[in-house]
Amino acid sequence: MRRDGATLWDCASARAKAFALVAVIALGVFATLLIAAGKDPLKAYVDTLVYVFGNAYGFSELLVRMIPLLLTAVAAALPARIGLINVGAEGQLYMGAWLATAGALAFSDQPAFVLLPLLTVLGFVGGGLWALIAGVLRALRLVNETISTLLLNYVAPLIVSYFIFGPWRSPESASYPQSPAFAEAARLPTFFHSRVHLGLVYALAALILYSLALTRTRFGLDMRAIGGNPEAARRLGIPIVRFILIVMFIAGGVAGLAGMAEVAAIQGRLVSELSPGYGFIGFLVSWLAGTSASGIVTMSFLFALISSFGDILQITQGVPYAVVNILMAVILFIVLGRQASGGAAR
Amino acid sequence: MTGDGKPPLIEARGIVKRFGGLLANEVSHFSLHAGEVLALLGENGAGKSTLAKILYGYYAPDLGEILVNGKRVDIASPRDARALGIGMVFQNFTLIPALSVFDNVALFQKNLPIVVPRAEILERMRHYADRFHLAVDPWMPARQLAVGDQQKVEILKQLLAGARVLILDEPTKVLAPQESEGLFKTLAELRAEGLGIVLITHKLREVLACADRIAVMRHGRVAGVVGWREAKEENLLALMFGNAPIQPTPPLLDAAGRHDRGLCALELAHLSTRGSGGEPPLRNISMKLLSGEIVGVAGVSGNGQRELGDLILGLQRPLTGSKLLWGEDASRWSIAKVREKGVAAIPDDPLALACVPGLTVRENLVLGSGRRYRAGLGVDWQKLDADMQRSFARLGFPRPNFEARAATLSGGNLQRVVLTRELAHEPKLIVALYPTRGLDARSAIAVRALLRDVRDRGAAVLMVSEDLDELFEVCDRLLVLYRGSIAAEFTPEDFRAEIVGPIMVGTNERSDAA
Repeated sequence: MRRDGATLWDCASARAKAFALVAVIALGVFATLLIAAGKDPLKAYVDTLVYVFGNAYGFSELLVRMIPLLLTAVAAALPARIGLINVGAEGQLYMGAWLATAGALAFSDQPAFVLLPLLTVLGFVGGGLWALIAGVLRALRLVNETISTLLLNYVAPLIVSYFIFGPWRSPESASYPQSPAFAEAARLPTFFHSRVHLGLVYALAALILYSLALTRTRFGLDMRAIGGNPEAARRLGIPIVRFILIVMFIAGGVAGLAGMAEVAAIQGRLVSELSPGYGFIGFLVSWLAGTSASGIVTMSFLFALISSFGDILQITQGVPYAVVNILMAVILFIVLGRQASGGAAR
Repeated sequence: MTGDGKPPLIEARGIVKRFGGLLANEVSHFSLHAGEVLALLGENGAGKSTLAKILYGYYAPDLGEILVNGKRVDIASPRDARALGIGMVFQNFTLIPALSVFDNVALFQKNLPIVVPRAEILERMRHYADRFHLAVDPWMPARQLAVGDQQKVEILKQLLAGARVLILDEPTKVLAPQESEGLFKTLAELRAEGLGIVLITHKLREVLACADRIAVMRHGRVAGVVGWREAKEENLLALMFGNAPIQPTPPLLDAAGRHDRGLCALELAHLSTRGSGGEPPLRNISMKLLSGEIVGVAGVSGNGQRELGDLILGLQRPLTGSKLLWGEDASRWSIAKVREKGVAAIPDDPLALACVPGLTVRENLVLGSGRRYRAGLGVDWQKLDADMQRSFARLGFPRPNFEARAATLSGGNLQRVVLTRELAHEPKLIVALYPTRGLDARSAIAVRALLRDVRDRGAAVLMVSEDLDELFEVCDRLLVLYRGSIAAEFTPEDFRAEIVGPIMVGTNERSDAA
């Protein structure tokens, strides 16, 4: 009976409800904070909406924000389908950025048609190998992947820091730790005279492939079997260990693409504060979306919007950006709590 | 013995319990008197356990009232039930493995003082143990107890907690025949002591042996209550199944696809394993299984049966010794390869071990089929549908809706889906682990007929069961597993409970052990 309920929850109408719920919580908590700070929430909302939707630039920035969220959400959603909890998209993002930077610096004299595929592959491999560490530890039954991916998140930025403080430190900007700027050929192309970059294509491709692979291929069927009943899957001869390794590699790779896109499109060089927690927000997105592809799109949109709110409030109302972090924590707790109590009531 | 003017120990009136749209119980009247053993008989899903769990406060009924000693009571939780003197022994025991027998019993007492009165509790334990044949070493950790002893502790702790009504859910499922005899003796003593006992079971023989009254349940209702004098196998079966035919239609045979007989399908030589999941490791197992025969494995569960099945299916690797399948060394084959070579598995719990509840029936049917239905990156669903429809028809099962999710099927139908999948491609070796456990009598008969049928078609069958009658009926040879070793091998002349039973519990070792 409980299983019925859980899978019904998967269906589309429920997802719309989840979206509305999260949106209402977000706006409500924001409004409370703003009133507490003596501001007018309604005016703040109108300002923000006008800014985001009122012109092409605002909307394009929203898309730019969505790109890493979409990719890291896929990185969390794919392992979730075989019952693995990958909270390490943040670290995988950093390592993808790191390996892509290595390629961009080493082959800076190559033309774009060589560099772009190269960076893409390196970004994917960097994140993938990083996630594979956790995959191997899990497959050998040494360390739970939730723990290892979480802890590896703290290691990856240190590796990046080491390189930008040490071997890759840019000579031009001695005062500020960052790598030298990428060659023009190593920058991802952008569209519509905005910062929207090729990463959006990667993100959409990743989502479509994710969705098709799960619903249309026998690998997807095997994955759903593992996620649905690992013991039965094992007994039916589905190679679970192989799936763990491959899925973790691919998931890490997708998160690595987000890191590659950040350095190659947005920053143009490797910097230390590469991500304001995209990997964690991506995990939240995937969780709230129930790992469905369409849900990931809508939830990424919502969270990109929330983080735009935070930026704009900081600028126009003088409210610190940290309220966004508070808000995301609140959303997570409420949604988790709601599901847990809903489950217990059945 | 009943009806001496006193109100019944426990009485239920107008109980209705629904799970979603499913009517689990609609019991207009049920009563249990002091000093009687009442058997709740019925096929699986007839609502026996639900009714028992309502009496024990585990479920709250949607409608109806419960009376204890003639007074209306609210039983909102097992705690309330225990306070009213109602105790229940579940199928899965609830002992804490790391604690001693004494601790387990003491923990269960209500209002246990901060300083545990050890001497007093021990004294009472001894007293009850002597009187009701429930002697167990109080200082033994629960995890080291044999299953039969665990059950004794469960009963003991209920008695010490003051139970006047004792509900036992399928208590003989895990017992060897003579252990069941011991349990019935205990029950008889408890009855003499004035307790009321509810015995849930689907084994007719037990019911006829020890019950004073028999309440037969069907489709959530009490179909009839029979006193033991009037009770006969035929009228009980009629009550259990209504007018539906009990004999299954025999599966259709086609002469094609017969395997060669007498080939050695499986050979284990001096094989030992590491042991896993609470099962003892296998020790020095040597056996052969020929095509065209059914070899039974008897034993009290937990003596290595699951380990043996897992080993053959490739879920476990041998530590020493060798495993040959059709003459090839299969010790290191993957599960997928074992299956591809023609080994099929029929588990006791299809929902847990062979199906994915969230997937559709069709998706479940393709799982584990190896390369058979590959089409590019996807699956050749048309070929699968055609094959599976044929398999359903051949086995004489109704074809379920392939689009339905497996979770929505009943246990029996799910077992049919698994059987259809596993038998669809003429397997050459079938490992059946407790294949009829949890099935109602009719489905169990059908499964046994099916196994004999595939045997007749030349497949080799290894059948693990704890039901000796079933093994005697179906098998060509019988092995007894005891503590991970083959304790004896029997041929049909010796298929008698008094010969095989003692070996199952390790007494009376025979010198001709295999």
